Amino acid sequence: MRFSMLPSVFVQMFKKPWTNKFPAKYAPSNTTQFLKDVGEGKAEIIPPIPPEKGFRGKIKYDKEKCIGCQLCIKYCPCEAIEFKPKDKKIKIYLSRCCFCSQCNDVCPTNCLTMGEEFLLADADPYSKDLIVE
Amino acid sequence: MSEEAITKTSYHIPVGPIHPALKEPVYFEFELSGEKIIDVNVKLGHVHRGVEWASRKRNPIQVLYLAERICGICSYCHPAAFTLAVENACDIEVPERADYLRVVQAELERICSHILWAGVAAHEIGFDTVLYFTWQIREKALDLTEFLTGNRVTKGIMTIGGIRRDITPDMLPRIKRDMQFFKDNFEKLRHIFLDDKTVKMRSQNAGILTKDDAIKLCAVGPTTRASGVKKDVRTGESYFAYGDLDVKCITPKDLTGTVNGDVYDRIIQRLLEVKQSIELIEQCIDEMPAGDIVSEPKIPKLMNQIKKIEGEGVGRHEAPRGEVIHYVKFDGKSENPYTWKVRAPTYNNILPWIPMLKGEQIADIPIVAASTDPCMSCTNRVAIVKDSKRYELTKEQLHKLSVEKTRRLMK
Ligand code: SF4
Ligand code: SF4
Repeated sequence: MRFSMLPSVFVQMFKKPWTNKFPAKYAPSNTTQFLKDVGEGKAEIIPPIPPEKGFRGKIKYDKEKCIGCQLCIKYCPCEAIEFKPKDKKIKIYLSRCCFCSQCNDVCPTNCLTMGEEFLLADADPYSKDLIVE
Repeated sequence: MSEEAITKTSYHIPVGPIHPALKEPVYFEFELSGEKIIDVNVKLGHVHRGVEWASRKRNPIQVLYLAERICGICSYCHPAAFTLAVENACDIEVPERADYLRVVQAELERICSHILWAGVAAHEIGFDTVLYFTWQIREKALDLTEFLTGNRVTKGIMTIGGIRRDITPDMLPRIKRDMQFFKDNFEKLRHIFLDDKTVKMRSQNAGILTKDDAIKLCAVGPTTRASGVKKDVRTGESYFAYGDLDVKCITPKDLTGTVNGDVYDRIIQRLLEVKQSIELIEQCIDEMPAGDIVSEPKIPKLMNQIKKIEGEGVGRHEAPRGEVIHYVKFDGKSENPYTWKVRAPTYNNILPWIPMLKGEQIADIPIVAASTDPCMSCTNRVAIVKDSKRYELTKEQLHKLSVEKTRRLMK
């Protein structure tokens, strides 16, 4: 068989491409400008494919339930969590987090859960979006 | 390299430490006569990251995630072997259901890895339509991984004494549907690889590794099995649920009746293993017993148990590329490992490159090197020194050479 892939190639010509053109159909020449436009409502982002159920995204922290036991700090593999001794609560730096959800597993009061949000890229590792407290 | 080493009949090319067909730095020195490779020398040790040392400052739970980062494609195998070592050292019993779930993950990873490899191999010989076709299948495999573990690459599914996520009955239809998809497409893939003239031309009788050499050089995994050596940890040792399952050590002989040990056989070998993995997953899903998925859900309690242990353990697991071995030792004073040693399969599969490459042509380097599925990281450049004039081959040029050879053969 010399052209065994040809049938597939032909079928492909009439199919919609698999690629989801996220975030824009063509790469914007100026990304910062593009994001600014999106912020002002002048341009639109093609949405990403939604993650599966149970995806490990940005951590959600229920501060009220936290008892300050620091177990999450002990088992976090990335040292992403900091203890705030004054109010006995924690602060998670997502720029260090590897989204393993180990802290969720050890927490005795189940105050940590994994959210679905995953578009977390930021130029500043200490930006407000990347700190959970 | 000294001036005297260059003679009129042969010349040397150093390849690496960074090179397109290799995904991690390794250094080759080829001695060539025209296009033909006369001798090869391999040097390792360009990516020492201090991972083993870093483990001494972490507790075993944290080391799991460190182990995961040894390799992106084997991000299940390394934590698995590490867990087996820890369980071996601390005598931790694993619930039966967790053993089955562990097999599902291991086999899913094998499917991902082998299909990825099939695409890369096709790309190396310039058959890019197949590359896209395989990656379409792999995308499904990755989606399924995400569905089962919560992430596509770094799965974070292994834990000491069990596994972190269960497969619930409502997940089964999706898994079965995807398995059917793999089976359907597997047939297509098999047809392309085994019957296509292009693939045959470039892979038959190329890069031969004889059975004797495979045994002598301790090759592991598909590389050694393709040479007819029946070596597979899944059948050689009873771990996870493999003892209960219908797993057999396969060689290309099962399909073609002969073993040549060439690149073509390594392709057949991996395809057969994909089929075997699909069957194993289906079998696991059907036979999985009910019960717990971890032996000790309270991690601090588990750590206290490990802290008291003084001893060592070895974990062996059949990764997609072959046997991976982890050794771990605890000193009884802290829960952090006292030592941790990792032996990844590619380490054994490097030396077989020497007999494989001898006598081949430069254009065969990418496909022969890739045929062992080396797990290394890559960048862009090859420097050629010829008659003391130095010029460089970029990744694109080397790839072009390979594609041109395919074209030449097709004429
Ligand atoms: S998800 Fe993992 S890395 Fe992130 S804060 Fe929790 S334990 Fe640390
Ligand atoms: S483990 Fe839970 S309760 Fe304890 S400090 Fe962390 S978040 Fe708070």
